[in-house]
Amino acid sequence: MDEKLRKQLEIAATKVRMGVIEGVYNAKAGHPGGSLSVADTLTYLYMHRMHVDPNEPDMPSRDRLVLSKGHTAPALYSVLAQRGFFPAEELKTLRKQGSRLQGHPAMGKVPGVDMSTGSLGQGISAACGMALSGKISCDIYKVYAILGDGEIQEGQVWEAAMFAAHYKLDNLVAVVDNNGLQIDGKISDVMSPYPIDQKFEAFGWHVININGHDFNEIEKAFNEAETVTGKPTVIIQRSTKGKGVSFMENQVGWHGKAPNDEEYAKAMEELKAHLAELEK
Amino acid sequence: MEKKATRDSYGEALVMLAEKRPDLIVLDADLAAATKTGTFKKEFPEKHYDCGIAEANMMGVAAGIATTGKLVFASSFAMFAAGRAFEIVRNSIGYPHLNVKIGATHAGISVGEDGASHQCNEDIALMRTIPGMTVINPADDTEAKAAVLAMADYVGPTYMRFGRLAAPIFNDPATYKFEVGKGVQLKDGKDITIIATGLMVSEALEAAKALAEQGVDARAINIHTIKPIDRDIIIKAAKETGKIVTVEEHSVIGGLGSAVADVVTEECPVPVIKIGVKDVFGHSGPAPALLKEFGLCAENIVAVTKAAVGK
Repeated sequence: MDEKLRKQLEIAATKVRMGVIEGVYNAKAGHPGGSLSVADTLTYLYMHRMHVDPNEPDMPSRDRLVLSKGHTAPALYSVLAQRGFFPAEELKTLRKQGSRLQGHPAMGKVPGVDMSTGSLGQGISAACGMALSGKISCDIYKVYAILGDGEIQEGQVWEAAMFAAHYKLDNLVAVVDNNGLQIDGKISDVMSPYPIDQKFEAFGWHVININGHDFNEIEKAFNEAETVTGKPTVIIQRSTKGKGVSFMENQVGWHGKAPNDEEYAKAMEELKAHLAELEK
Repeated sequence: MEKKATRDSYGEALVMLAEKRPDLIVLDADLAAATKTGTFKKEFPEKHYDCGIAEANMMGVAAGIATTGKLVFASSFAMFAAGRAFEIVRNSIGYPHLNVKIGATHAGISVGEDGASHQCNEDIALMRTIPGMTVINPADDTEAKAAVLAMADYVGPTYMRFGRLAAPIFNDPATYKFEVGKGVQLKDGKDITIIATGLMVSEALEAAKALAEQGVDARAINIHTIKPIDRDIIIKAAKETGKIVTVEEHSVIGGLGSAVADVVTEECPVPVIKIGVKDVFGHSGPAPALLKEFGLCAENIVAVTKAAVGK
């Protein structure tokens, strides 16, 4: 990836993180930790890779993204707003009564949301359905499914993993956001899903391990996925929960908690400083 | 009277539908031979996808296919389609109001020898609580086929219930017209109304005829659409006959009887006596004998109805 693009994406991702904090702060609830850990990948996909058109959000030929870890909706909304699907100002209405921005993504309500998710383990199945449908009618769109590392404790994920490999869904790329934390603690303490890569490999997937906060690695992984035929690809990204806001990083307590006034100010100050640094 | 299981009608209707709808996709979960989607698979193997023994994923896959605009039917036994996969049906199909048709076979006690683990008497209750879900329970071959073809043209999530046991074909395919949400009055009467659904409709009709010979003028109504239910036909029956007996091969909790009572208590309170599975699990046995044992037969409908009118 050339340096200019990388910098553009860094800037966009920082703005996405600011949108996450803005939304969750105004909602006084929501999930900042996992939103921040997946922000770089969502930024890369929507701002650079995916074939989508904010003016025609339901375009049949569009690439689709299913946020299977639906509780990180603040990140999805923030990146959709930045891509122009709706005004960024609306992020302040997150989770509020009467807002389109539901606590978890709701298709049909928010332009750009391809599937309703929130109940963990379900989005990946819907993504399989979209990918299978594309295969049946020889469409060239891609389907991306974003999973949490805690989420893959759900049995349905592995039903879907079997299905995707069985039907050779090479138009499907799943991302496992491996930030290592879930509500009750470390995933390795609560119910270890490790080794994640070997599990997917055994299920017949092409597996790529990357650093989820390095745009060069992210791009390389999606490029590699593009070349794989006859099987689905999973990108397992090591990531930092709360990435970008120092006091949220690797803190399980920030899984599902909103910052107070002081924390909000501090978080925004950090992100703004980072943005200024990037824009220098 | 000729008989056929409505699961057979389902499989045959899917074949008929494929001619009309090139976008049709049928999913099954390792039960194609039993749900009769195998009939469809034989004709259109390239449009039939087996999901293996994984009903939760199948419902999610169906939802994903539906987002791309294709017509999709997902099939399994009622126990697994409505029971095991309930939350996926609710959140991945119901909440986004996706156009998925769920074809659930082997509903009710008439599953027979497989026993209670497979005798789903709770599916109507589960499915009718999901906002926007249409719930259909056809009574015979004619109605089942017409319902499948009609619901294919309707856009929205639909649960369709089919049976394993051969049921008498009392509707004439030459004249029968399926209208979603419309009850069908099969026999007029002024003393009491028997409202039945699915496999129990032909039993109710037989009971109404027997009652006429015994001096009870019972109205008989077939409710093939449990949701949205035909409020008008129920209110009219309550007003004109003053008493209602409901009959269903389903728990008395949450099914047809409850749906009828919901309407009656709001609009025109009259006694509603429910014939169904009385909050117990079933057990193994031949289907016809089980139906008798659980009171799901014309004989018991006659007895209950007579008692209700004091005869």
